[in-house]
Amino acid sequence: MERLTNRAKVMEQKPMSFMESLYLPAIFKGMAITFMHLFKKKATINYPEQQRPFSPVFRGLHVLNRDEEGRENCTACGLCAVACPAEAITMEAAERKSNEEHLYREEKYAAKYEINMLRCIFCGLCEEACPKDAIYLSETFAPSSFTRKSFIYSKDELLIPHPVNEPEKFAAAKGAREARQKN
Amino acid sequence: MPLSEILFWFLTALALFSALMVVFSDNPIHSVLWLIMVFFAISGHYILMNAQFLAIVNLIVYAGAIMVLFLFVIMLMNMNTDAEPQKSQWMRIAAALSGGALMLVLVAALKDNVGAVSRTSGEGSIGLIRNLGKVLFTDYVLPFEISSVLFLSAMVGAVVLGKREKNTKPVNN
Amino acid sequence: MMTLLFTMDLMLVLEKFLLIGAVISFALVVAMYTTYAERKIAAWMQDRRGPNRAGPFGLLQPVADGVKLFFKEEIIPLASNRFLFVLGPALAMITAMLTSAVIPWGEYIEILGRKISLQIADVNIGILYVFGVVSMGVYGIMIGGWASNNKFSLLAAVRGASQIISYELAMGLSLISLLMMTGSLSLKTIVEQQMNGSWNIIYQPLGFLIFIICVFAECNRTPFDLPEAENELNFGYHQEYSSMKLGLYLFSEYVNMFISSAVMATLFFGGYDIPFVDETALTASLGANLTALFCFLALFAKVLFFLFVFIWVRWTIPRFRYDQLMDLGWKKLIPLALANMIITAVVMLLIKN
Repeated sequence: MERLTNRAKVMEQKPMSFMESLYLPAIFKGMAITFMHLFKKKATINYPEQQRPFSPVFRGLHVLNRDEEGRENCTACGLCAVACPAEAITMEAAERKSNEEHLYREEKYAAKYEINMLRCIFCGLCEEACPKDAIYLSETFAPSSFTRKSFIYSKDELLIPHPVNEPEKFAAAKGAREARQKN
Repeated sequence: MPLSEILFWFLTALALFSALMVVFSDNPIHSVLWLIMVFFAISGHYILMNAQFLAIVNLIVYAGAIMVLFLFVIMLMNMNTDAEPQKSQWMRIAAALSGGALMLVLVAALKDNVGAVSRTSGEGSIGLIRNLGKVLFTDYVLPFEISSVLFLSAMVGAVVLGKREKNTKPVNN
Repeated sequence: MMTLLFTMDLMLVLEKFLLIGAVISFALVVAMYTTYAERKIAAWMQDRRGPNRAGPFGLLQPVADGVKLFFKEEIIPLASNRFLFVLGPALAMITAMLTSAVIPWGEYIEILGRKISLQIADVNIGILYVFGVVSMGVYGIMIGGWASNNKFSLLAAVRGASQIISYELAMGLSLISLLMMTGSLSLKTIVEQQMNGSWNIIYQPLGFLIFIICVFAECNRTPFDLPEAENELNFGYHQEYSSMKLGLYLFSEYVNMFISSAVMATLFFGGYDIPFVDETALTASLGANLTALFCFLALFAKVLFFLFVFIWVRWTIPRFRYDQLMDLGWKKLIPLALANMIITAVVMLLIKN
């Protein structure tokens, strides 16, 4: 059979010489290698204190966006749910009342919006599908919990903090998103 | 009563009790463990007679090696009570007779030799390794060498029994 | 009896008790921190960081491990032999500790004008005592493995016991050539000879090599840790154990490592001898107590080095297969040890004449 690459190495199986059968040179060589590793740079970091920088295309947990005045962007059009290949998103639409104009930007809004984080594959298609910039994937990741039910995130968990009432939290949740988008 | 005498009686009682337990235990594993206790008690006696070398060799060889092999065999056998063969009445009588005969011989042998029994707390130094080695290689060199030849032949026999047939290939390397 | 007790000098009994307590607690603490060192060095060798959360640099990690083991549920299998099941780990720990009795930890210290020897018992058969205790170590494994009433535990126990018995032979033979040179079985005498002359490692390099290989096998350390090969052979004889009983089995391995490092240092590396220093002159200038301290530190440094070697080898070399292990023990080490014995005897006779 013709070889696909020339990288294959022919194994030789000749009987070991006396020095080889003692194993000692090989053992000392191995020990020298492991000893050198004592002084090498560590490949791991102290995780919660230090964090590795995210790649610009990192896709973490979802965030439901608000505009500058703190009104929800989402109009419950359902495009994200349609785009979702894992069928992780469900929502219920509702009509905005006349005294709710400070809460929702458009006339229609999502009364209920749920993402099942166990089904979600973090592909980011919902973000691409959204015409209103209402959902995007943040840099938060690794949620942990004891129940499956708690992985179905409702609007409370998904909504970004209010930019006027809680500006610090809003800025923290927003993170480096804007800077990333400029690049 | 000097300390060594108290120790002597303690070790004697321990040895005899353990020896009885070897016989009377239901579980063969327990028998083996009691037998190990017997060896410990006997080693204690050796130490009392200032024969540390014999004491420790007794422990290494008998308790440390031979009894482990006993344990191997007994542990790997399935010792169910119903698997135990029923001994006939005649067997028991024969066992009692031969055991009694052995005891008679022992008593007869020890009857005139009371001196050996009373010399427990002695400061004798024959059991020390230097003296023992000297005696073994001068006075008793012939029996010593003969017994080593015996061991050698046993070893050769074991190797011959354990050796593979020539025409069967070894499994690997 | 009474007279003997009174002549025995209560002070002697007291000082021996204190010494035993000190040695045992010291051995336990060192073994505790050997587990920490093992994890840390393993991490470094694999370019990781190792435990660093409990206390500064993770120094409280062994304490945390111990506390965790104590609080784990204690499970005794229903069909097991309860008494022997408990006896197994106890025996393993006891035999691990017993050897420390004959190791000289230093020459002597002087307190209130009393000379106190830093050796618990200077028996004239010291090395044989070590062998005796080592051969008793088999029982901890065998009894624990059998009493679990689990076929995997039993097989692992048989594996472990036959490994220990096999390597005991080569170990004994490798030491015979050393004993022919020293002419004494007492560890104290051997150390004193090395203090006046040079270390035994110079005369017996091959003997030392065989001895250290056998020590690795006796301590069930990699590459000979088949009795507890956790990933391929089902974790071995302590499979049914939980909580502190498991802890005792695992911990006795580290105590064994510490004690056998001390034995190796004593037999081949001069024991408490400080290299290039004349101890009698040191005693004259510094006093006995400080000298004893420095001697002890010298021994401890040697022990630490051996402990490091134990760990170093563990994280370098893969495990043997069982037939390879038996091959090495019976077909390579025993003939080598015999050859070493004959060479030593011939050389000694040549020098004598």
